[in-house]
Amino acid sequence: MKLVACVLLLSGFFIVLAALVLLTSLGQRFAFVGAGFAVEFLGLILLTQAYRTHRKEHR
Amino acid sequence: MNLALSLFSMMLIPLVAAGLALIHQGLGRSRSAAHAMLASLCALAVSSIVFVLFGTSWAGSTGAAIHSFAVGGVRWDWLGAAPFFARGLNFDGIDTAGLTRSLVLCLELMAVGVAASIPLSAGADRWRLGPICLSSVFLGGIVFPIFAHWTWGGGWLAQLAVNFGISNFIDVGGAGVVQVVGGLTALSVAWIAGPRRGKYSHDGIPAAIPGHNIVLVLFGCLLALVGWIGLDSAASILFYGAGLQQIVGVVINATLTASAGCLAAVVVTRTRYQKPDASLSSNGWIAGLAAGSASCAMVSAESAIVIGVIAGVLSTYLIEVFELHLRVDDPGGAVSVHALAGIWGLFALGLFGQFPEGTRSGHVLAQAVGICALLGFMLPLIHGGNLLLNRWSTYRVDDDGHWHGMDVRELGAGAYPEFVIHADEFVPR
Repeated sequence: MKLVACVLLLSGFFIVLAALVLLTSLGQRFAFVGAGFAVEFLGLILLTQAYRTHRKEHR
Repeated sequence: MNLALSLFSMMLIPLVAAGLALIHQGLGRSRSAAHAMLASLCALAVSSIVFVLFGTSWAGSTGAAIHSFAVGGVRWDWLGAAPFFARGLNFDGIDTAGLTRSLVLCLELMAVGVAASIPLSAGADRWRLGPICLSSVFLGGIVFPIFAHWTWGGGWLAQLAVNFGISNFIDVGGAGVVQVVGGLTALSVAWIAGPRRGKYSHDGIPAAIPGHNIVLVLFGCLLALVGWIGLDSAASILFYGAGLQQIVGVVINATLTASAGCLAAVVVTRTRYQKPDASLSSNGWIAGLAAGSASCAMVSAESAIVIGVIAGVLSTYLIEVFELHLRVDDPGGAVSVHALAGIWGLFALGLFGQFPEGTRSGHVLAQAVGICALLGFMLPLIHGGNLLLNRWSTYRVDDDGHWHGMDVRELGAGAYPEFVIHADEFVPR
């Protein structure tokens, strides 16, 4: 779960980089940077959830 | 460029570390107070030495040698390639370019010490001294130099305008380089070390473990303000060519953001709990400073107040969210105060900044790209590195050490050997 979360974080980052390289319109770039941030946010939630679950199991 | 003023400003920066050290030890338990102060010294010492030996090479500076690669027709400047051990620098005072480079090294040396002391807050009362030093090596040698190069050293984030036609990512006083990098390390440490013993019941209900010396915490806030003004001023001069009049703006804005953050926290806690909470108000003060350091003099005084107020309110609520709902035990609130307030400050610069060139939307986009780089690249790097270090040397002290406190366990003596509570002091006479 932690690994998947880290992969999601990195994926979001690469979406942002791809938006810079592949797109030229400001609106499209905003949309893709927003999408990249959303993927990173999902990764962050997953990572937090992974540690919460880990603590519950070890309590 | 006023190099003498920048050097004077740099001499104030250790006061940030001093202030944070007082805050960390005051918000922890009395049985770990000496350990917290020594840990601050060790983190600063280790990160400084490692940064000068290796980190400064990778942090680089604008116009110096770089590691780069070409993708999509763009050359990505991702890491400095200066000689190790700061060999390219001389201190003979002959050439001005060399003087500027040595001042950049000096500023980054001070800043890395501040960044390394931030995670100590999240690991208070349970993070062992050896792993603290190891983590500081990682931060000072790898993590900090990478983002410092991207932002301050002319890296790809500082070249967004040339390469992609949007504005450059701007982080004047190190909200990203220092505060967010340190705050994300704090989050990683809090996850790895786990909550303090007794913090959460079997049902997951958190117990309040109040700080042992709130007076030192509040004094630490005042010390940190002086140091923060130095950090913001020196970085404004060296990286963005600020003049004397802009430095006056830096001083005013730093004071305003801190004041607004603290007052916002006072009002929020007064409204919610009937009385102002001193520790949350101090967190609001530091959150205001962290958020304001992204923009320094690039925003108006009114905008600085808005940035500070939102940082103070955000930090107050987010500390609660992290403690109650996400079960992240962060005694000093470093994740909210440094990482999240820093991210808000970076974004706020795009919203409120006064820029001589570029469009507003271009600046907002550039700031968003920088924030995504912090969360999407730096966080996995920081967390992966700390997980590996934890396998090598366990971060968390064992239960026995937890019971005795870090002072006795790791240093052999307590900070307050005569500090005992006599039962008869509380008996009515």
